[in-house]
Parts: sequence; structure tokens; C-alpha cells
Amino acid sequence: MKIHEYQARNLFQKYGIPVPDGFVCHSVDEVKKKVGEDDKLRVVKAQVHVGGRGKAGGVKLAHTKAEAIEHAEKILGMNIKGLTVDKVMIADAVDIEKEFYVGLINDRNTKSVTLMASSEGGVEIEEVAKVSPEKIIRMPIDPTMGLMDWQARKVALQLFSDPKEVRQAAAILVKLYQLYVDTDASLAEINPLVLTPDKKVIAIDGKMNFDDNALYRQAEILAMREVNDDEKKEIEANAKGLSYIKLDGNIGCMVNGAGLAMATMDMIKLYGGEPANFLDIGGSSNPEKVVEAMNILLGDKNVTAVMINIFGGITRCDDVARGLVVALDQIKTEIPIVIRLSGTNAKEGLEIVKTTGLPTVETMSEAAKKAIELSKK
Amino acid sequence: MSILINKDTKVIVQGITGRDGAFHASKMKAYGTNIVGGISPGKGGMEVEGVPVFNTVEDAVKATGANASVIFVPAPFAGDAILEASYAGVDLVVCITEGVPVQDMIKVTPILKQNNTKLIGANCPGLITVDECLIGILPGMIFKKGNVGLISRSGTLTYEVVNMLTESGLGQTTCVGIGGDSVSGLYFIDLLERYENDPETKAVVLIGEIGGDAEEQAARFIKEKMTKPVVAFIAGQSAPPGKRMGHAGAIISSGSGTAEEKIKAFAEAGVPVAKEPSEIPGLVKEKLGL
Repeated sequence: MKIHEYQARNLFQKYGIPVPDGFVCHSVDEVKKKVGEDDKLRVVKAQVHVGGRGKAGGVKLAHTKAEAIEHAEKILGMNIKGLTVDKVMIADAVDIEKEFYVGLINDRNTKSVTLMASSEGGVEIEEVAKVSPEKIIRMPIDPTMGLMDWQARKVALQLFSDPKEVRQAAAILVKLYQLYVDTDASLAEINPLVLTPDKKVIAIDGKMNFDDNALYRQAEILAMREVNDDEKKEIEANAKGLSYIKLDGNIGCMVNGAGLAMATMDMIKLYGGEPANFLDIGGSSNPEKVVEAMNILLGDKNVTAVMINIFGGITRCDDVARGLVVALDQIKTEIPIVIRLSGTNAKEGLEIVKTTGLPTVETMSEAAKKAIELSKK
Repeated sequence: MSILINKDTKVIVQGITGRDGAFHASKMKAYGTNIVGGISPGKGGMEVEGVPVFNTVEDAVKATGANASVIFVPAPFAGDAILEASYAGVDLVVCITEGVPVQDMIKVTPILKQNNTKLIGANCPGLITVDECLIGILPGMIFKKGNVGLISRSGTLTYEVVNMLTESGLGQTTCVGIGGDSVSGLYFIDLLERYENDPETKAVVLIGEIGGDAEEQAARFIKEKMTKPVVAFIAGQSAPPGKRMGHAGAIISSGSGTAEEKIKAFAEAGVPVAKEPSEIPGLVKEKLGL
């Protein structure tokens, strides 16, 4: 789960990480009300769940209140990478002497939280990783001890030279780690962490993602969730025990198992088609689940053919077939459907499905070819 | 021979009184797995599917000499269940539970190392040494005894491939579903090493997915350390970046973890990568000169 920059900023503030003064506005009127009449230099920033806001014109400096209003008028409603901006953060601009990157991630290789830091701040860390990986400092953290002071100091010493600055930075790292574990985060970045001319270390921009599996115990984080329409469908599907991701193609797929669902999408592509979605119905023969899944698939107007790919394991194909027959009886559609059943009791399953009059095939490859052929009619 | 488990493995089921635990305990028993006990706190003394139930893993290990455990408890309690098994001295822990928070798995990791416990999963279908021992939720009937080892990040896709191998006459030694989470127990390299040392295994099938760089690491290991042939498949070649494809681990983040990089790494290690699952048996036969 992602949150906005202003939400990350608020969490930073709660944990005592220094951040510039700022607030979020949902409308130009709110900007008019909240921005003071002084001529403080401020920055107006689009709040959307994608990177590259600056390049898209979603981040602007304002020298006066009038300018802040002018920028907010332009940025609110702006489209950045397909997402509409419906709020802006307005923060005091900070003079910058030097920029740094610090971040925490769950590292698959060390199986720990790893602290990353770099003196190349303000740019995307992925770019730094590609161009000059030696500039990224990595420090794996022992979960039983947490980020120890000496570790935070060791990292801070590689970014700063003045002892006062080192102390400020090390304290920020320890606080960031505490926030990270307390909230079951999967990513926490301060980019940039800046040194001001008066030698203060401040977090100017922040980004946090959270582990979806842990949201059940993170009510405060869950309350921050905002979703777009595609994500809404995905979350609704999830609540019904389905795992769904919308894609841009025209062949709807319904599969049991995530790996097999991915392999099914790949196969459609391999034979020259375009998958409309990823959809894993899990290991169940429950007809209601199949009906739900079909409704989701047919709700996508791009879909011109459906491929159902089931491998029976513990769940037997004849049980799945009975579920399919019940489900397909409820769904009236003109869109062609291809059914492939394999594995345990596949023969019996295929016999049952034949009563629906729908085309059945024995292998994934055949199913993909048939679905592509039918999608073109 | 085989890897990790065999006919002498004594298995306990953590969460045996739950719906999934009871169902799969009976399936495992029917396959011939030596299920010696189950755990359900407060229900010690009961019997489920003819298996004695204990309150703690420690009680079960003392009474039965169990050396493997399979976990079916709900996700919020799975991390604790792994720890309980580890501290009770269980050698191999298989966690089937899906949706375990990553921080829980991270906390468990150093303890497993300290206690010298091997973990498979979480979020995995388990493992099987054909005709000897099945631990988890794999459908036993699709496997056939033979000489191919198989490691996979997926569930049903594994069954699909095993079925194809069996139908084409290629039996298996041990097949392991390592799970689809980003932080989990034994991984490709740990298992490749064991297959390399298992005299019965003649070839290995590796089924990877997008996300992470475990496949690239496996490719380097194969190139440097393995004498036995390996055939690979990578699921998720058509997946868009930034989207989690069902498995928490199957996500392409900022251009890394893509199928292209993995396929390239395997090509450099001389590992053929099947374009679709149905090519796998042919590639294995080619490598074995069959």
C-alpha cells in the first residue's frame, strides 16, 4: 500500500524527524485560506502515487501567496502518468547546501531490513544504483537488535563530516527505522535529506509503502489508504478471495493459482494475443467464486474472449467443472469462452463441461490459440 | 536417496484442528507420510484423523521424535508457530500459510539460523519425495518416482509442469515449492546444492517468477558449481512493472526483477529456458540424452 508525501511527512513529524512546515490542500479555496500573507518562499507539490512529479510540472516554487494560488490552480486537476491530482502539499521552501538519500527496504537477499544511503540525493536511487552502485552504502539490520546507534553513526559518517551534522543524521536514521518497523513498512525513503546553510539536517521529501499482509494490524496506516478506480476493483476482488489485476489487452483469463495465471498471460502474449487481466481464483471449486470472477472479467469492456485455465490438484477437475456449469448457467453473455481443464479427474471434468456447449481443450497452448482465434471474430 | 525428506521423516502438523490442517493431514497420511502428531494449544489429548494432538510442539517432539513440522495456522500466528517449532528442535519446518507479514519472517530468520532450523515457505505448497513422504498440499497422484528434481516459486504451475513430466515418462526425486513471498526460507541455491549432491537426481527443473534476483543468483551458482543439467521456466514475462502478480514476491520494481534479465542470466549459464511450460519435458530429455 502506498501513501502520499504529506502523509509520510506527518508520520516523520510524529517520530521526531525534522521536516519543513507544511500542510495539504484539496482545493484552491483551501490554499487561499491556509497560505499566509507573508512573502515566504514556498513550494507547491502535487500529491499523487507516482514518481516524476517535478518533471511533469507538479512541483513549483511560489514567492508570494498569489503565486502559490496560481500554481495550485494549475496543479490541481493536472494529469500525471494517468492519475489526476486532487490535492497539493504546500511547504516552506528550504535553502539547500547539500542533498542526500536515505532509505529502508525489506531486502530479499539478506532477509532483513536494509538501510541504504547515498550522497547522491534528490535523484532516483534506482538511477544511482544503475550508474554508480558503489555510491550506495548498504547496512543490513539485525531484527532482534534493531538499527544500533553505531550503525546509524557509521552510515552518517560517510555522508557528513561535521560531528554535529553526523549526530543529527544518525538520530534521524534511528527514528526512521523505528517508524518503519512500527508501521510494517516495505519502503521508507527520505529523498532528499538535506543540509541547510545553517547546518540543520531536514527531511524535504518522503515516500513510504506498507506491507499489504500486515495491514490487519495497522489500523492507522490503513485509514490513509486512497485508491483509484482500477485499484478499487482489485481490492473488491481481493475481499472475495480473488486476486485480480487489470491489464490493457482483450483476452480475459481466469486461472487457479498465481504462477499458472502469470504463465497463462505469457502464453496468450506468446501466441500473439494480449491478456486483459491477471486473475487467480485460488484453489476452490466454489461456483460463486467463478460467477464473481466472470462478472469482473465481463465488466471489462475491452474483453472479447475469455480463457478459463484450471489445473486440478487437490481440488478435482470434475468438482471445478460442476462449479463452472452452475456459474456459466447464471451468466448470459455473447462473449466466447474457452475452457481448459487438466490434472486430477480432467476427463470427467471435460465431459461435464461439454454439456454447456462451450469449446473445451486439453492443453494451455491450445486454449490460448483458440481464445485468440475467437477474440478476433 | 532424495533431498530434505524421505520415508523416515516424522511429521507433525501445527494447526491440525483447523479445517485445512485436518483435511491435509488426512491427505498426507493417505499418501504414506509418517504423520506422528498434531499441535493445537488446549486440545492436547484429542485425536484428529487418527493422529494424537499435543498442546505444544515441544510435547509432540518429546513424545514422537518428530523431525519435521508443517504449519497451517492463520497468518497472524504463523511467525510464532515457526519459532515454536524451531526452539523445539524440529529440523525442517514447512509453512503453508499465505499472507504472513514480511516483518514476521524477517524476525524469524536469525532465530532459524541460531537453532539450525531449515524452513520452506511461507506461502508455499510444500514438498514431496515421491512414494516416500509428502509434506504440504501437493496433489500426490500426479507425481511419479524418477530422476528429476524440481524447485518452484509457484503452486499450480508446479503441478502443471509435474503432470507434463510424468506424462512424458520423466519421474521425479524430490519436488519443492519454495513459495511466492519476498522473504522466505530455503531458496533456489540452497536446494540446487542439495540436488547436486543427491546421487539419484540426474536433472533439475527450476520454475522461477518475475521479482527479485534469486533466479540470477541461481544461474551464477549453476554456472560455477553444478555438473547436473538444469532446465528453467520464468512466469510473468508479460507482467507490467509495479504490479504485484498475486504472489507478494512477484513484482517488477523499478526495472529490476524482469523476466528478460532472468532469461539472459540463465542463457549465460547454459540453462535452456522454456518459452512455455509444455516445452520443459522435451528440454529435460534433450539434456539427459533421452
